[in-house]
Amino acid sequence: MQNDAVLTMRGIIKQFPGTLALNKVDFTLRKGEIHALMGENGAGKSTLIKVLTGVYEKDAGSIWVAGNEGEAHIHSPQDAQNIGISTVYQEITLCPNLTVAENMFIGRTDGEIVHWKDYERRATEILNNLGIPARAKQELSHCSLAVQQMVAIARAVDMKCKALILDEPTSSLDDKEVAMLFKLMRDLKSRGVGIIFVTHFLEQVYEVSDRITVLRNGELVGEYAVEDLPQVELVAKMMGKDLNDLADFEQVGEKSQGSGETVYEAQGLSSSESRPFDFNIRRGEVNGFTGLLGSGRSESVRAIFGADRVTGGKVRVKGKDVKITNPHEAMKNGIGYLPEDRKRDGIIADLSVRENIILALQVMKGFFHPMSKAQMKAFADEYIKALQIKTASQDTPIKSLSGGNQQKVILARWLLTHPDYLILDEPTRGIDVGTKLEIQKLVLKLAEENMSVTFISSEIEEMLRTCSRLIVMRDRKIVGELTGDQLTQGYVMKTIAGGEQ
Amino acid sequence: MTDKLNATRRREPLTDAQLLMTISIGIFVAMYALAMIFMGGGFLKVQQIFDLLNDNAALIIVSCSLTIVMIGGGINISVGGVIGFTVMACAIFLNNNAEGSGFLSITLTVLLALGIGLGFGLLEGFLVSYLEIQPFIVTLAGMFLARGLTTILSVNPVKVAHEGFQELVKAKIKIPWLGYTAQNGNLIPAKLEIGAVVALCVVLLIYLMLRYVRFGRNIYALGGNRQSALMLGINVKRTCFWSYVLSGLLSGLAGFVFLMHKPAGNASVAMRSEMDAIAASIIGGTLLTGGVGNVVGTLFGVMILATIQKIIALSPLNASWWQEMASGAMLGFFIILQSVVLSHRGKGKK
Repeated sequence: MQNDAVLTMRGIIKQFPGTLALNKVDFTLRKGEIHALMGENGAGKSTLIKVLTGVYEKDAGSIWVAGNEGEAHIHSPQDAQNIGISTVYQEITLCPNLTVAENMFIGRTDGEIVHWKDYERRATEILNNLGIPARAKQELSHCSLAVQQMVAIARAVDMKCKALILDEPTSSLDDKEVAMLFKLMRDLKSRGVGIIFVTHFLEQVYEVSDRITVLRNGELVGEYAVEDLPQVELVAKMMGKDLNDLADFEQVGEKSQGSGETVYEAQGLSSSESRPFDFNIRRGEVNGFTGLLGSGRSESVRAIFGADRVTGGKVRVKGKDVKITNPHEAMKNGIGYLPEDRKRDGIIADLSVRENIILALQVMKGFFHPMSKAQMKAFADEYIKALQIKTASQDTPIKSLSGGNQQKVILARWLLTHPDYLILDEPTRGIDVGTKLEIQKLVLKLAEENMSVTFISSEIEEMLRTCSRLIVMRDRKIVGELTGDQLTQGYVMKTIAGGEQ
Repeated sequence: MTDKLNATRRREPLTDAQLLMTISIGIFVAMYALAMIFMGGGFLKVQQIFDLLNDNAALIIVSCSLTIVMIGGGINISVGGVIGFTVMACAIFLNNNAEGSGFLSITLTVLLALGIGLGFGLLEGFLVSYLEIQPFIVTLAGMFLARGLTTILSVNPVKVAHEGFQELVKAKIKIPWLGYTAQNGNLIPAKLEIGAVVALCVVLLIYLMLRYVRFGRNIYALGGNRQSALMLGINVKRTCFWSYVLSGLLSGLAGFVFLMHKPAGNASVAMRSEMDAIAASIIGGTLLTGGVGNVVGTLFGVMILATIQKIIALSPLNASWWQEMASGAMLGFFIILQSVVLSHRGKGKK
């Protein structure tokens, strides 16, 4: 254990049923540093934090905390607090109906009687000390989110913490509020508090952090000083690529640029989950959204389909102004959407393959115009054959099919509605390589038949194989549109990383 | 400039809770003032306010009991049933112990009343907090249970014949300087029943508990955001449990106070009083969503409902349906007011 380390984790292993969430991860936090913990969604960041704060029990490995004799045994958030590890979570975990002062002291004071004057005096002291623009007697719900977050930090800091964990603290703050938060973080750092900063905003990492630890698929990729790790390399490490070794790949078919008519066009479209963006696609074009997981790719296509609450923007379908505020309207305008999470949003596990296939068409027709049994059977047969879905019969419940075949069933569901424009969000996740190729080929074939397709995948190779135009997102904004010669792994990754090129 | 800034800083804007309570106190005062101007008569005497307190002492206590669980984000609709059962049980107990020392049997009756309330509170609190069953369902079951038990004790009304207790019923605290001079020249002092005094003490004690005792503050945190309360290190289950126990205990006390006002048990005693208590709590500024409320507000909630009924009783519209409609209209008005006020304030937030 190094001398200036406040927190050392060695060989942490955490197993969940079916997955190894953390595989021998090491992590060191030094005194007075801001240490960014980076990785894509599912890389193990939150699991590591939860092990550290006692929400999960680790399966193996050890944790040392400065000032604590021997190994630290953390079995609950209370244990973590007692040895000086405090956490401020993404969602505010304070009570909106109580005052700022009470939120800072409730639940951790002795004695049965509340001394309001004492609370307020001490709270004012801490707030002034840290320069937090809140008043002790103010009701928390009357503070802005950023100030609420700061009050949560003030509460944590007052618990004499050595290590402060900030889990995605900036995700719901605007730029000004982020600046306020960073000022507070730097201030705490100068007082010797070690801060673990978990975020997916690359630029923010470079703005405040001293050191970066990268995780990928539950494994430690490495620990780097910020100045030694250019942004583009960080992205490469998070995605598990080596910049010097970007192999070429085989083309599966002719990419389609599309022609003529713009099938769908959005201007300043925004939803409850996504920031305003412009987007368009031509007839027969295959394009794609790319970016790190959590960069807002899925949220953008969900806004196009009306799957989240649409909050603004103009939409044109085939040149006509239309309003798409829910999936049904999107479907009526010839848009289909294959969701990212097929287990949750896609399949209806207990229904048969046939019922799953005809579902979208039935919704389009309306429930008062039922299809005949023979018709349904014919449709199902046609698509089971066309997509080579491996199923015992049409009546087999979809849950007994393999992942790849489930995905094909959902694809069939949308193809049956003959959409002009189909959005495929991670259609190849969790299915075998052979089926992946089949789906890629199918996408190109559909484009040849004049369908427009937007394709999203975490695997850049896959996107490059199929898309003639890539829209690159970072931190929930579109940061570039790549076509033609720009479509190489290196270039895509540079655009994702942004900053210094 | 700085001075000005400091001056504005020192005066903190009202919290949501304070605002709602201020509104209900304001409405009570306005309503009562209008009654004094236009109806005159009894409303000009202090005794009128005392009568409202005397007649509604049990309702005040039970409304406090409901305010506590509502602040914690729960609900308790068994309180009326518990009052009914307590009244019947106490009436029978007093009649069976009519002889002997009055003081001892009355003390035992008080303990019986509190014991019944405590029993219901413990049971319901356990089911709601530790088995995490919906409080509405648990207390609905509690209500049926209490009503059923009441009928098992006696189908027919039971009048209390206990002499010592009769004295207690008649006992009144006389305050001469708040009285008035009758037409024949006699001074009639203002009279407050013991039950009303008990009710006012309960309001004061619960107010202090909710404001200054850790348990009370924990209830607010629980109602504000249960998950956050847990993360803030509050024992959420224990807090929830004891809030129901206290609620049950107060229901038992309300039963005894009820009996002191009307010394007779009856299967339909305090029927629907849980609904009146919910209405009074809401009118007094308690939010059904939890986290906001205050028993002083609740006291005024009861007084508002009681005043409306009195006004209608003294007006040509005297009929029970007018009273109910007026109460309903008042409740609706307050809920709309609350949501308008709170959503208007919410605009400042993000």
